[in-house]
Amino acid sequence: MLWIAIRMLTGDKQKFYGLLFGIAFSTLLITQQLTIFVNLIERGASGVYSAPEAEIWVMDPVTRTTEVNYAMPPTALDEVRSVQGVEWAVPHLRAVASVRNSEGDLEGVTIVGVDDATLIGLPERMVEGDKSILLQPDSVLIDDVGLTKMFAPGENPIGERLELNDQRAVIRGIADAIPSFTSQVTLYTKYSQALNYVPGTRNRLTFVLAGVRDGETVEAVAQRITEETGLKALPREELAQSGIDFIVENTGIPLNFGITVALGFIVGVAIVGLTFSLFIRDNIKQFGALKAIGVTNFKIGQMVVAQATLVGSVGYALGVIGTVLFIWGFSGNPTFKGFYIPWQIPFVSLVAVIAILALTGWISLRSVMRTEPAAVFR
Amino acid sequence: MAKKMDTPENIDARLDGETAICARGIVRDFQAGQSTIRVLHGIDSDIRSGEMTYVVGESGSGKTTLISIMCGILWPTDGEVKVFGTDIYALSDTELVNFRLENIGFIFQQYNLIPSIDAAANAAVPLIAQGMAIESARRKAMELLDALNIGDQAEKLPNQLSGGQQQRVAIARALVHEPRLVVCDEPTAALDARSGRRVMDLLRDVAVAEDRACIIVTHDNRIFDLADRILVLEDGRVTHDGVEMPDGH
Repeated sequence: MLWIAIRMLTGDKQKFYGLLFGIAFSTLLITQQLTIFVNLIERGASGVYSAPEAEIWVMDPVTRTTEVNYAMPPTALDEVRSVQGVEWAVPHLRAVASVRNSEGDLEGVTIVGVDDATLIGLPERMVEGDKSILLQPDSVLIDDVGLTKMFAPGENPIGERLELNDQRAVIRGIADAIPSFTSQVTLYTKYSQALNYVPGTRNRLTFVLAGVRDGETVEAVAQRITEETGLKALPREELAQSGIDFIVENTGIPLNFGITVALGFIVGVAIVGLTFSLFIRDNIKQFGALKAIGVTNFKIGQMVVAQATLVGSVGYALGVIGTVLFIWGFSGNPTFKGFYIPWQIPFVSLVAVIAILALTGWISLRSVMRTEPAAVFR
Repeated sequence: MAKKMDTPENIDARLDGETAICARGIVRDFQAGQSTIRVLHGIDSDIRSGEMTYVVGESGSGKTTLISIMCGILWPTDGEVKVFGTDIYALSDTELVNFRLENIGFIFQQYNLIPSIDAAANAAVPLIAQGMAIESARRKAMELLDALNIGDQAEKLPNQLSGGQQQRVAIARALVHEPRLVVCDEPTAALDARSGRRVMDLLRDVAVAEDRACIIVTHDNRIFDLADRILVLEDGRVTHDGVEMPDGH
């Protein structure tokens, strides 16, 4: 009977394709929007991920994320270094400044000052140039996504001079960085140089990055730093999560994406429900005839489940493939740099598709179940 | 089924080998808003094997309701129906469905063929429903379609067949699993006089057998002469039971 069910479904091409479209569109919308959402909010942690060597981030207790920070006195660095279990500790500055480019235009930038000696705090990879170039005077590195905002396509930024707080900065390399949530231009330089680039205030040390000695756990050392210095010390994953939570709690992004995902679900239910109902209604006489002939309600139910399973499998696959093609197609676009599809998202879409089909299938099945076999004689 | 036939109340029917359907005191009410309409008023009737029995009457006389009850697809409000000795409304839902699948073949007025499967597969539906492999079921259905002279149309979809050809496929579907009771609802209603006559001749040839009963609901007076027996229903009561139509009809 399942063979008959599948033939009944695929034989009505218009409705079959309508059902496939409904499921595929829903899957695409849910998967694609969730993918963008997850990748976007993960950018709230980009500052942390861009400094891979740091195991512990130490900050003022009021600091919430790498972007929402409050500077500490410079003595904080020595305080952290003096805590037992700390292998190394380096200064890290993150501040916002305005840069004047060669054409005189102003652009908001994030200045990241990394340790002068070790350059800890720089992104792991470079697109162009070498990290050690920062040791030259007035050197800055620009992030690869940010440079698209300041320079026209094809324009080489290497050697370009910028003006930061009346100081000269020369771009000498391009860092392969994870874009920040705001996609603001990020300039990396030495800590000592960064102090010149950001407007002077009494305290400008925003973070101390630390590593732990062998035999110590990151959590224990972070706890010890907090207890002994009064500063806030967080393992990198915790600060990364704080960055994500900050965006979730303080922006309308989750709500907006949530609405789109919900719309995807509702559109799926509407299209699939309507088409499935039409399909069942068009075939109600045939189902009635089958019931009269001697096909049990259980078998009829199996037939509808088989039809829903076929539509769901093919539609879901098309939707996921569509999302993969979308992400792949836009992978060259700086806005989508580093985007990936976590396995949980297709799983969530699968659950949504199953829910759509279960709901619409159940509604459709009810009308079949309610059909009296005797109706075929009317 | 055997268990049912061994009960005392079934013994009468079992002993009478010719009785296919034994209906006693059939009453059927329908609810219409607040009021209850009685469509059948205590009908007693026996349908015998080896005969083509017509149930005729005006629209609304209750003939479709009566055969629906006789073939186990509509519960009577009151009364008892034994089909080949089995009290079918004493069966559980699943037992009744299986009973229909094993024992009854249906021919519907609008054929109700599945539009997206070919004629052979349509004819094979009861066998597939019984669990037979598709290819075996198709082969058996093909033999029947050959016997009905539409073997060459076996791979066509219903919408590629004429009304008469579709009716033959429906006949094949009704007979493919060799049921002991064939129920036809207005088999000639959608056909012109010539095609209708041909279909009825064919039905008479293939559906009527010594061990098989055939009930036909019709108001097509062009085919009354083919009946072995005619039951006339008026306002839910049997007003005539004979081999010919009474005068005035």
